[in-house]
Amino acid sequence: MIDVENVTKTFTLHNQGGAVIPVMQGASLRVAPGECVALTGASGAGKSTLMRMVYGNYLAASGAIRVGGLDVATAEPREILALRRRTLGYVSQFLRVVPRVPTLEVVMEPCLATGMDRAAAEERARGLLARLRIPERLWSLSPLTFSGGEQQRVNIARGFAHEYPALLLDEPTASLDPANRETVLEMIAEAKAGGAAILGIFHDAEARARVCDREIDVGAFAAAA
Amino acid sequence: MSATSADFAPSPDGGRAGEGGSATPLLRVEALTKRYGPRIGCADVSFDLWPGEVLGIVGESGSGKTTLLNCVSGHLDPDEGRVLYDTRASGVQDVRLMSEPERRMLMRTDWAFVHQNARDGLRMTVSAGANVGERLMGVGARHYGRIRGQALDWLGKVEIAAERIDDRPAAFSGGMQQRLQIARNLVTGPRLVFMDEPTGGLDVSVQARLLDLIRGLVRELGLSAVIVTHDLAVVRLLADRLMVMKGGHVVETGLTDQVLDDPQHAYTQLLVSSVLQV
Repeated sequence: MIDVENVTKTFTLHNQGGAVIPVMQGASLRVAPGECVALTGASGAGKSTLMRMVYGNYLAASGAIRVGGLDVATAEPREILALRRRTLGYVSQFLRVVPRVPTLEVVMEPCLATGMDRAAAEERARGLLARLRIPERLWSLSPLTFSGGEQQRVNIARGFAHEYPALLLDEPTASLDPANRETVLEMIAEAKAGGAAILGIFHDAEARARVCDREIDVGAFAAAA
Repeated sequence: MSATSADFAPSPDGGRAGEGGSATPLLRVEALTKRYGPRIGCADVSFDLWPGEVLGIVGESGSGKTTLLNCVSGHLDPDEGRVLYDTRASGVQDVRLMSEPERRMLMRTDWAFVHQNARDGLRMTVSAGANVGERLMGVGARHYGRIRGQALDWLGKVEIAAERIDDRPAAFSGGMQQRLQIARNLVTGPRLVFMDEPTGGLDVSVQARLLDLIRGLVRELGLSAVIVTHDLAVVRLLADRLMVMKGGHVVETGLTDQVLDDPQHAYTQLLVSSVLQV
């Protein structure tokens, strides 16, 4: 489902004398449906960079990144948008939303974008928010006013609202209390059972051991400086 | 695509188009160039806009973004290039080769233009309701009650209280004027909206409300839009795709979050790194 092949990444800093920083070379990995693969490596090894390339957020310098048959490295923006709408989800570490939009709407949005009707989308969003223990009295407020942990849970609810066949998770259990951490691990296990291919970064070693089938050390893809 | 150009009922198409369903772009701009004497306004600009897609154009003052918008939207005549639009009535047409009445009809019905300064897009001496109703009458609506009903409906959509329908826009705040301008533009059910700095000059709290409104309308009505702004936060929230301009040329284009998070061109890198963090 996710197939990364011989990917290279460099950053060129034009405003700092045109410095070219090679950060990754020969990155290859595969994630099959129903499988969860963890990216490991020291901070700065390129875990997030690799994940962002899979999402189309960073440009790969060379190589192929196929998700559901589309090569994200060379696809047109509108093809990537369609992929993100239907196939590829991403739970980032930080929630980015339009100010003023209520939490319930924020969580419903991915479902509405796939064409689901409002009532069904709302039911799904309510279920997820309740499951992640966001008090109902907060649902009509913008999540921008919430605590860090609450924002993280809204972000997870949003990321799981549509059942994406491929899912990227960046530290999904960071800053969660034990009960919510348990819930998120269950949700990941359910997504796997539903056939989702998951690529994740988990600093929490125990969480990683519980939901991940394999680990890939990104340090192996470090570019020779 | 059976609706005629005189069909001004808001489009019922709620789904996000651009879903890959349509095979042709709604708008295709080819090698558009505009010179002001020896100076370049914009040079050799080409892009496609697909149904349901929002394109952001960013760049500093003088980069040519407003010139480009004006050339594409028919407010300025470019020196070279083509603007191809997939009209409802007769398929893809070169807008520059259309007759004047045809082009006017297009600009009054299927296209909309939201100016930075609401005063440029509104008639300040007539009531809010008349501002919305006028565009309907321009496309043939004559039944007063129905026009007023639609005007009221649209005032509600842009969150202007019904009791303000007979007030003149001069009595409105800047944010309300901007929302009224949007209502006036969208009442004819356009498929393509051009916006020039739609949140410029507004308080940040008013900006947030307007952004939320524009985003909701774009999704519900399945609109395509070209938005010119110098505000990167605005395009991050509204635009699917971004074009960065400098000195009249397009220096970079791509998926909005990719261009902002992993900019490739020196100028885009400078632009992104110059944003003040709050």
